[in-house]
Amino acid sequence: MAEAIALALGLVARGDADLFEIVLLSLRVSLTATAVACVLGLTLGAFLAVARFPGRGAALVALNALMGLPPVVVGLLVYLHLSRSGPLGFLGLLYTPTAMIVAQTVLITPIVAALSRQVIEDLHREYADQFRSLGLTRWQSMGALLWDGRFSLLTVAMAGFGRAVAEVGAVMIVGGNIDHLTRVMTTAIALETSKGDLPLALALGLVLMVIALGVNAGVQALRLPGERVAHA
Amino acid sequence: MKLIKKLAIASTIAMTAGGAFAESIIVQSTTSTANSGLYDYLLPIFEGETGIEVNVVAVGTGQAIGNAANCDGDVLLVHAKSAEEKFVAEGGGVMRTDLMYNDFVIVGPTEDPAGVNGTDDVQGAMAKIAETGAPFASRGDDSGTHKAELALWNSAGVDPKSASGDWYRETGSGMGATLNTGIGMGAYVLTDRATWISFENKQDYDIAVEGDTDLFNQYGVILVNPEKCPSVKAEEGQAFIDWLLSDEGQDAIAGYRINDQQLFFPNAPE
Repeated sequence: MAEAIALALGLVARGDADLFEIVLLSLRVSLTATAVACVLGLTLGAFLAVARFPGRGAALVALNALMGLPPVVVGLLVYLHLSRSGPLGFLGLLYTPTAMIVAQTVLITPIVAALSRQVIEDLHREYADQFRSLGLTRWQSMGALLWDGRFSLLTVAMAGFGRAVAEVGAVMIVGGNIDHLTRVMTTAIALETSKGDLPLALALGLVLMVIALGVNAGVQALRLPGERVAHA
Repeated sequence: MKLIKKLAIASTIAMTAGGAFAESIIVQSTTSTANSGLYDYLLPIFEGETGIEVNVVAVGTGQAIGNAANCDGDVLLVHAKSAEEKFVAEGGGVMRTDLMYNDFVIVGPTEDPAGVNGTDDVQGAMAKIAETGAPFASRGDDSGTHKAELALWNSAGVDPKSASGDWYRETGSGMGATLNTGIGMGAYVLTDRATWISFENKQDYDIAVEGDTDLFNQYGVILVNPEKCPSVKAEEGQAFIDWLLSDEGQDAIAGYRINDQQLFFPNAPE
């Protein structure tokens, strides 16, 4: 463990170019996937929170179950679609960062949708009468609830990001862990583990955790002043 | 609106950065060649001379052949001759050529529970492991090493599958992961020598069985068939194969050493 910490500090201190390339790709892939998943997932979550339709209960159960999608299964499904012999093979996206973004988006959209649905539905219960007296349409209600719940929803987005940046099964299959092209933190950790270089693998793991900490601290810094204003 | 614009820009950047290299090929290959560091040594030489970027996907031989059969790659570099020949016969590849070889070894713990240390009779050693019920960790993943191991059990007259979960433990993972697991449980492991030499978590393990001619491990290289797979970059892929088989490529393979040991021995046909 001490060896791993020393190694991690050494990698960061000497500005290891390979490490920074891998870190940047991890952030680019997972943050893009989180952004896309938020657009899709928050819309779906807000819709499910305010809409009432037959089969809604079953839809919620299904959505909640999809939070448990195994990354390796998502990777396999995306591989089968993006493979040259698959329906989307003509796009030539397999073994590119875009394929990794697609896989992580599929993986975390249900998480963002299911958690935001719960957050927004709880808020909606508070505001439903008010919305009705104001005569808001469903879309206006959804917009108002998404804005009002923005701080809780940031945490939802962070849950999605955490899942995306930590998973290895999906990006390994659709990215291929290609050096200088699709290698990210988790696949690099898996590779070093398989080479038996456990201290380096652990050092990379520590760097990954620090990055996750940094992203979450950044989000916290964004929301603190906003929250103060909101509650003033 | 702003967010959507940003997303559109981000995804455009992602796409152009990902797939726009005109001269890059994908090589479907094995974990043993990648984990041993051979590509890190060879590819900069080739890329420097030709400007063709080589992207390696390192998986087990079975998965590599499967991916190539789906047209997801330009060149296949693996080590399971009969499976490779079958792949070519089915129209997946253009031609298979011998490239290089190394050998398999059985590694084991120093206490040597099966009493096989130092022997060069691999079938005898495997029969002894089965008799004593000493743990043996198998890849169990349809890789080239796994196929070679199953052929050795067969010629040793042992059916290890009947002891699966008992002394015969199939990890279903790559060479390095299987070594980590096997060493963790005190099991014997069949591995290629290149992976073993470069493996860094050996603990108290050493080579127990080596030197049998049956442990020969041949690598072959194949261009994925551009007639079956129009996406194949035949020209660049063939340039890579030609370079590997040339005197220069063969010398480069022979020149790759770790701890003063040569890992791969070139044997392309003259």
